[in-house]
Amino acid sequence: MIEMMNANYAAARAAKLARVDVTAVYPITPQTSISEKLAEMVQKGEMDAKFMMMESEHSAMSALIGASYVGARTFTATSSHGLALMHEMLMWAVGARRPIVMPVAARTIGGPWNIWGEHHDVITERDTGWLQIFCENNQEVLDTVLMAYRVAEDPEVMLPIMVIEDGFILSHTVDIVDVPEQEKVDRYLPPFKPEYPVDVKNPMRHGGLMMPDWWTEFRYLIYQSQEVARTKLLEAEKEFEAIFGRSYGGMMEYYKCDDADAVLVVAGSAAGTAKEVADRYRAEGKKVGVAKLRVFRPFPAEEVRRLADMTTTIGVFDRSYTYGDGGAMFNEVRSALQSTGSVMKDYVGGLGGRDVTVKFIEWIFDDLLRIAEAGKADRTVEWVGLKDGTGRW
Amino acid sequence: MESTESTKRYKFTIPQEEYITPGHSACPGCGEPLAMRYLLKALGPNTVINVPAGCCAVIPGVWPRYAVKVPFVDHAFECTAAVSSGIKAALEKKGMDDVTVVGWAGDGGTVDIGLQALSGAVDRDTDFLYVMYDNEAYMNTGIQCSGATPCGAWTTTTPGGKHIQQRRDKKKILDMMIANGIVYGATVSVAYPDDFIRTIQKAKGIKGPKFIHAYSPCPSGWRMDPRKAIEVSRLAVRTGAFPLYEFHNGKYSFTKEIKKRKPVEEYLRLQGRFKHLTPADVAEVQALVDREYEALVAKVGASGR
Repeated sequence: MIEMMNANYAAARAAKLARVDVTAVYPITPQTSISEKLAEMVQKGEMDAKFMMMESEHSAMSALIGASYVGARTFTATSSHGLALMHEMLMWAVGARRPIVMPVAARTIGGPWNIWGEHHDVITERDTGWLQIFCENNQEVLDTVLMAYRVAEDPEVMLPIMVIEDGFILSHTVDIVDVPEQEKVDRYLPPFKPEYPVDVKNPMRHGGLMMPDWWTEFRYLIYQSQEVARTKLLEAEKEFEAIFGRSYGGMMEYYKCDDADAVLVVAGSAAGTAKEVADRYRAEGKKVGVAKLRVFRPFPAEEVRRLADMTTTIGVFDRSYTYGDGGAMFNEVRSALQSTGSVMKDYVGGLGGRDVTVKFIEWIFDDLLRIAEAGKADRTVEWVGLKDGTGRW
Repeated sequence: MESTESTKRYKFTIPQEEYITPGHSACPGCGEPLAMRYLLKALGPNTVINVPAGCCAVIPGVWPRYAVKVPFVDHAFECTAAVSSGIKAALEKKGMDDVTVVGWAGDGGTVDIGLQALSGAVDRDTDFLYVMYDNEAYMNTGIQCSGATPCGAWTTTTPGGKHIQQRRDKKKILDMMIANGIVYGATVSVAYPDDFIRTIQKAKGIKGPKFIHAYSPCPSGWRMDPRKAIEVSRLAVRTGAFPLYEFHNGKYSFTKEIKKRKPVEEYLRLQGRFKHLTPADVAEVQALVDREYEALVAKVGASGR
């Protein structure tokens, strides 16, 4: 059924459709309306879940780890400082192999205070072991939450997944969303049945002390599961498409990349803007393409490498900055493309809620096309749209 | 009256079932495996325990060996009560209402880093039993002062002397939890197993958040002879340093009333952690214990037994 809703409501509706058993929430902007919607649906009896109001995000994640051990399908949502406060338990959820699904309304982290959107919060958590999927629009948020449970709860994966929606840009913007029928979702998503639940009839210890003699092997198993998740993500999307008729290009969507002079790698809602600009440029005979980085963890290194067969010049748009030799996304893309001879450049922008406009993307494409013609990049990193150029201000 | 009371006590039998198997890794004289042994005897097999970092994460064994016969969930330091809430919510959702959820944490994990989660769980009215085994310092990391370290005690972060000393007494965690809204609270000691088990059995039958403050000696941290752990624990009760009482239905009552308290010095002098105290310091501790004990007597009196 077609409805109008923002990405937060889409995420909450997905939790209901997924028949989530236990939710634990703590409010933070711009995630809060996900929690509110859950409360409302549980209160009205529309959603049969235990709803827990927590006293912090750290406790929310802790409670879900406990609930998941018993075999409950679990759900929470957060942003920014909330995600940072969860950090410790994000790591624990991975080590405990809990298939928790959590939308994150991506946002800045202070100080100074700023509540608006960017990717620094989620990029900071890229090494926790959570799977991370960036969504372009509200429909993708709803659909990805459903796919995420399929993958997370797969006995060969058993890892938690973040479904990332851009703060305010998606979380608070109303768009058309096709809400699937419950019966179809039930067909797609069987109930969660963990192999080793907490069970008084079969007592065992979960997460007990592990010494150096086995720790490496244990971590290796997590690494292996991340690798298996690549296939599982593709399978989950393929079956999703068969039932619901929608798909998102797997790990990486190549939009008009095949014969492009230059391609921009971009994650999240800005991918939509970039595709729009690519269409306009193509109409003018300028050959640009967009590579939408949908799945960031596990990192789609193979899919990124394929870009080298399609184009010579590759830009990466980082909506965060991690104070290295270029942003995190740029470095990972560059690492995958090493020895391919691709010419590369990092574009940093859209921070702290600053709009990523058509004009902004045009500036990047123009720059990339100049680089393609020159055959080399003028510099590694460009902060795009600074008020006074790149000098002091 | 006195004889009836003692006959009643004599008739009380400790459950035979053992839920702690040989092979745990506690130090000699440690109170914690005893406390967990009594707890599980009282609760039986329909119990799920969750524990944070601390001695409780090390004592039951190293993977894949495990010396406790109920499900056990390990997690990070500050989240015992939050994990308990989650386990309980999931059990309720699955209709398993006959399983007791126990959050089991040390004093550091309770009065300090875990206080927020504990307060939240009580506020949410989580139907669970929270047990704080109190060895009065961070023992698993090597004897650092916690919010439950008693006045005057030596630890590696309160080495004594003028500059850094533990001048304040233990945080009143049970009072804090009573103010927070627990339905039942009690102190127990491993020196009194019958009282320990009776108290846990009583708590089990009460719905809502329950808090148990369990005295648990640490011979290595308290710098004492492991053979004297129970003797010291018993003296803690008899001197009034650790009185045994409960809070239920808004009323306080002693579960082990001490008519003639022994001087607290007898308790302090068995432990190396207090050996630097001067006679004046000991008098100060005595005055503190007297004050606290009399306040408790007044609360019990006001409860109208």
